[in-house]
Amino acid sequence: MTGATLGALRESRWGKWAVAGPPLLYLVVFFAIPTLIMVAASFRSPGEFGGLAPFVGDDGRLDLTLESYVRLAEDTVYLEVFLKSVVYALVTTLACLVLAYPLAALIAQSPKKYRDLMLLLVILPFWSNFLIRVYAWMIILGPNAALAKAVNGVLAVFGVEPVPLLFSSFAVLVCLVYVHLPFMVLPLYANLEKHDRALLDAAQDLGASAWQRFWRITFPLSLPGVYAGAALVFIPALGIFAIPDILGGPNDSLIGNLIKQQFLETRDWPFGSVLSIVLTVAALALAGLAAWVGRRGAEEIARA
Amino acid sequence: MRSRRIALWTAALVAYAFLYVPLVIVVAYSFNDSRLNAEWVGFTFDWYRKLAENDEMIAAAGNSLLIALVASLVSTVLGTMAGVAMHRYRMRVLPVLVLTPIAIPEILMGVALLIFFVMLNVTLGLVSVAIAHIAFCIGFVAIVVRARLAGMDESLVEAARDCGATPWQAFVRVTLPLIMPGVVAGALMAFTLSIDDFVITFFTAGAGTVTLPLQIYSMIKIAVTPEVNAVSTLLMLLTLVLIVVAARISPSLLRTK
Repeated sequence: MTGATLGALRESRWGKWAVAGPPLLYLVVFFAIPTLIMVAASFRSPGEFGGLAPFVGDDGRLDLTLESYVRLAEDTVYLEVFLKSVVYALVTTLACLVLAYPLAALIAQSPKKYRDLMLLLVILPFWSNFLIRVYAWMIILGPNAALAKAVNGVLAVFGVEPVPLLFSSFAVLVCLVYVHLPFMVLPLYANLEKHDRALLDAAQDLGASAWQRFWRITFPLSLPGVYAGAALVFIPALGIFAIPDILGGPNDSLIGNLIKQQFLETRDWPFGSVLSIVLTVAALALAGLAAWVGRRGAEEIARA
Repeated sequence: MRSRRIALWTAALVAYAFLYVPLVIVVAYSFNDSRLNAEWVGFTFDWYRKLAENDEMIAAAGNSLLIALVASLVSTVLGTMAGVAMHRYRMRVLPVLVLTPIAIPEILMGVALLIFFVMLNVTLGLVSVAIAHIAFCIGFVAIVVRARLAGMDESLVEAARDCGATPWQAFVRVTLPLIMPGVVAGALMAFTLSIDDFVITFFTAGAGTVTLPLQIYSMIKIAVTPEVNAVSTLLMLLTLVLIVVAARISPSLLRTK
């Protein structure tokens, strides 16, 4: 944009607010304010019949308390669920990385005309309904399905009792990986595609083996993509509740399930709000850390 | 070198199979003449016929379509405005508000809106779900539209302004036609996101309102039935058509999400 049109647009400040105003207003009313109300709710006490206690009590005292935060800090049950959620999300992230890396590398090395199609094939399942993708694993891991029979057949040979595949941590993890895999492939591909082949050729000329070329050149250069993918997988995986709800056993309750329980079953809004806030802060902090480490790593490699 | 390529292809094919086998199984069993969803017995259309007679499911599908239509329409208008604003003006708050709903765990938005609606005594139902869907779709539309604007030749707008067009005329006659593919693709994306949404709908729908994903959820919580396969297959088909159309209109869409 040249200075002239820019000036003309700046002249009409009302133009800016005519364009930005409506979406801004909508998001303030239906996103920012609800989020702030939730933060405020975390400092209140639960009402007798769900919801919140009256702000001004019978004795005239204001209902402001840190009780729900204290409860989270004191009761180790919640801490355990949090830790379990972090472990599940981390395992998911690692498994996605292992599965996605060869795929992204292959797409990046393929002729340009095939790349879009290969990428499309990665993204397409992501666009099918989330619940359908969870449901598919109910069928695959079901007790009467071929997989469970085969696994238990093999186990029987070794004299091991049959194990249920469905309603287990295994089912939850497989589905978590399945649902989040595309989020890892895309940023990895975007990074790998930009690599300069000349570096690998030079390394080969200098006698580096394929293994060395990968670990000393390709992998370090791809770290920004790895961290971006890790953030994209980790954040949603941490907050998930439907997958453990549908595929998990009684011990697979994650933080998302706990939040759902607080709002729809026990109806303890303040505690549910505390859990939601801690979840979001944890997710964003870990993702921010990944982004920061990624940028540092990229800078170091650029300097070397 | 050759063996390395074979290893790479094998690993990639495993990943592709992992992505597609589950969906293929869902589709295949929707035509299977057995209640069990465990082994292939024979071909049938029975589950689709049952689906056509399932009033609950049809009502849920109607709700989903209605919500998706309203949500995609409103979020396309607001999202396009947000995209244009972020491209053209220096905005500080808007990008944060547009992008955070996409970046944070979905469940947070669901519970925040639940508290909000209940506190304001808004009856949970179609309206509250549509409001929630619009709120998370705006960001996706804005991103697609802004990407389209970034690739646009600004001198065309300048030329229109030099020829005496008002800012509004320049926008409607020049900018809008040029970014139209992005706008349409954003609308289709919003429609898909809305019709597929489960988490936010789960918290904002209340007890009486059922959408297709909520109906599927309550069905699979009780039992695995091929009827779910049939409705899943139809839903996948719808999504596939929408995405193919959107990708044809705006190929860059594939790289923005």
